[in-house]
Amino acid sequence: MTLKEVKELLEAEIITGTEYLEREVKTAFACDLMSDVLAFVDDKTLLLTGLVNSHTIRTAEMMDISAVVFVRGKKPDEDTIRLAEENEIAIMSTPHIMYVSSGILYSKGLKGAQIVHK
Amino acid sequence: MITIKLSYQIEKDDFTRAGQASSSIKKVLKQLGIDAQILRRIAIATYEAEMNIIIHSEGGFIEVNIDPEKVNIIAEDRGPGIENIELAMKAGYSTASEKIRELGFGAGMGLPNIKRCSDEFQIESTVGKCTRLEIVIYNP
Repeated sequence: MTLKEVKELLEAEIITGTEYLEREVKTAFACDLMSDVLAFVDDKTLLLTGLVNSHTIRTAEMMDISAVVFVRGKKPDEDTIRLAEENEIAIMSTPHIMYVSSGILYSKGLKGAQIVHK
Repeated sequence: MITIKLSYQIEKDDFTRAGQASSSIKKVLKQLGIDAQILRRIAIATYEAEMNIIIHSEGGFIEVNIDPEKVNIIAEDRGPGIENIELAMKAGYSTASEKIRELGFGAGMGLPNIKRCSDEFQIESTVGKCTRLEIVIYNP
């Protein structure tokens, strides 16, 4: 699924990274706990979260996550946007809650990211 | 043999700069052409270690030594040390505050996650003195 499709399905607003809309995501992960985000293993994963601060972007950077969707209409501050720009990470904001956002994407074929059990 | 050495001071409670050391390490290693999967494991290990020093310690440093075969990471703090290492290594065990949890951390996954990402992992801690992690990740 491309970020453009994600944007349309979630009726999301692009906060930064309009130039990356052709990027593809193969799986998604939805949570507010960055410790959990650091435990998955897939490539090309989309992160949906309600945690809006620069640590979300730092975590995305570490995990090679190329796009973050903030749910429930949340908007990041300037520092967070700048950090995303520096690291070429796209950010969008959807009015939907996390559950609905996940459901929409899942029903359109975007599967969950694999995590390691160890 | 050429070894590249990187060193970063990490301050206690410095949430504004949290992740900068790990970000810088990741960027250097990427320029050196390290495989993306290996790079991600290194990034996770250094980031978790950096957050641990910021959250739990009096401050410390992260040192990375890169040679063609492996990446060696030392993360050492100035205390207060870990009383029960076995418990700290247990997934889900955490002593982090509510404030830390609000930032999305403190789930008690840091040390187990570092170990998972490592090919060699050692932790030593003396209460009242320091905690030292030594992490080795092979570069195939």
